[in-house]
Amino acid sequence: MADNVIEVENLTKKFGDFTAVDHISFEVHRGEIFGFLGANGAGKTTAMKMLTGLSFPTSGKGTVAGYDIWTQSELIKKHIGYMSQKFALYSDLTVKDNINIFGGIYGVPRKEIRLRADELMERLGLVDERNERVKDLPQGWKQKLAFLVSIIHRPEIIFLDEPTGGVDPAARRQFWELIYDVVDRGITAFVTTHYMDEAEYCNRISMMVDGRIEALDSPSALKRRYAAESIGEVFDILARGAKRTE
Amino acid sequence: MKGFFAFVRKEFLHIFRDRRTLLVLIGLPVVLIVLFGFAISTEIRNVNIGACISGEDISVTRLMDKIDRSEYFTFKGWYSSGQDIDQAMRRGEIDAALVFSDGFSAGLMSAEGSEVTVVADAVNPNNASMEVMYLTNIIYGYFQEEMSGYGAGGASLSPNLRMLYNPQLRSSYNFVPGIMGLILLLVCALMTSVSIVKEKETGTMEVLLVSPVKPIGIVFAKMIPYFVVSCVVLIITLLLTIFVLHVPIEGSFFWMILVSLLYIILSLGIGLLVSALVKTQIIATLIIGMVFLVPVMMMSGMLYPIESMPYAFQLIAQIIPAKWYIEAIRKIMIEGVPFIYVIKEVSVLLGMTVVIFTAAVIKFNDRIE
Repeated sequence: MADNVIEVENLTKKFGDFTAVDHISFEVHRGEIFGFLGANGAGKTTAMKMLTGLSFPTSGKGTVAGYDIWTQSELIKKHIGYMSQKFALYSDLTVKDNINIFGGIYGVPRKEIRLRADELMERLGLVDERNERVKDLPQGWKQKLAFLVSIIHRPEIIFLDEPTGGVDPAARRQFWELIYDVVDRGITAFVTTHYMDEAEYCNRISMMVDGRIEALDSPSALKRRYAAESIGEVFDILARGAKRTE
Repeated sequence: MKGFFAFVRKEFLHIFRDRRTLLVLIGLPVVLIVLFGFAISTEIRNVNIGACISGEDISVTRLMDKIDRSEYFTFKGWYSSGQDIDQAMRRGEIDAALVFSDGFSAGLMSAEGSEVTVVADAVNPNNASMEVMYLTNIIYGYFQEEMSGYGAGGASLSPNLRMLYNPQLRSSYNFVPGIMGLILLLVCALMTSVSIVKEKETGTMEVLLVSPVKPIGIVFAKMIPYFVVSCVVLIITLLLTIFVLHVPIEGSFFWMILVSLLYIILSLGIGLLVSALVKTQIIATLIIGMVFLVPVMMMSGMLYPIESMPYAFQLIAQIIPAKWYIEAIRKIMIEGVPFIYVIKEVSVLLGMTVVIFTAAVIKFNDRIE
């Protein structure tokens, strides 16, 4: 228990007759990078919404950061971070404003926000841009900033929803270095991505097809099991059976 | 709660960082008040007028002098025939004309009576009817005076029109409550809904929903800054009204402010409801514009009196919040009646506020799931 930050058993979500998430069970260990893969429409987003306290499951049980997803969603929200694929920031406000806002929303004391922000900005190389408006920043920096604000309250788990979409390959690699950096400090990363090469960076990955988890293991073990060269190939083999299309 | 205040601060930041929008919000009432107060006026002024009569008639000449002296009309001269007048009107020389029957003054004393035809250029029907009304008033007034010495029955026929509450017939009196109803709705409903929907569009709403701030806290935090801006706008409007347009506030200042605050809250509720229903800023703007602003201008009694609308439109007018607000403000501000006479309007506004907020909150919670 102490080693798992997420434990889920038979989690199911139905919308009418449609079963978006079909009895999924898995654990995420503390301090790992967990890749959550699946085609569009496989149920990734729905599963993630249940884990982040945005919606309740139809059935099944689970804990996130040690809190029950049925009864303690408010506590879950305090202990997780979330970065959306749109790098959701307030583009009319400055870098500093954005950090203050998100820190403030999570109840981090003002002084503490400044300390953490200084440290994180230094590491991300954003110090000179602190008074710039976010809309004037290049895409790669917005991504870094979105990441920074999502961990300003030192969450136990950070949910990254396709964090590298629309960013060039060099910036993507840099971004993964950041993720490693954060994980080294004890934060668990839960990452969804559709770049199969990025899946190789994860400690373990799960693959969702039609609302079910079809495979869950380390990238190398999966490749061995399916006698595949790459994770992309593994995914193709698994996704061949998919009935849902976009 | 701490998160809530961080959020309110953020909303103020949005407004203050966006100076241009703020300037528009504050500048708008100034521009509208000046426009409606001075430029766009339903009063008539500088109307050129001609007259036609065969032969000399001293009493008609004196009448024309009187008309010329009034601030509304300028007497352009005599024309020989109806055709002549028609030509002059086409040339744009005159806007209206009086055609007197032969032997006009003498006829007045006789049993047959005499006739005067008022001709007006009805290209602008509003102006035309106003001109005709003004002219008739002057003519009646004149002959009443003239004939009072004779004690003839004709004098008693003249209608006795009195303009209540706005003796100078100043249109700015009427417009001020309308402008207030319009601007407050614009600031509250439009700005709140756009700012909430914007968060949906940019994806920040998603991040906020994952945060510990309660969804309903997010929207209420958004209302606070716009509530403050609305109050500033209200104060500016009132100051302009009193010191620039010189419209006297007849009734209780306190109740006027209170009714306005109620209307502001109602408008914020409309903004919230719209933002719960739509997904993009464009649609939010269109809905506020088409469903709320246009009816306010056309059907709230701001520009055109509700009483003269077709029955169906009169019914629709009843569900426009601004109609009740404008009516209440007119009563308090211009008629100066005590609060007890606007209880009906205030109750309707209060009821609408409750309904709209309930609907908005239910809808908003639905959307989150």
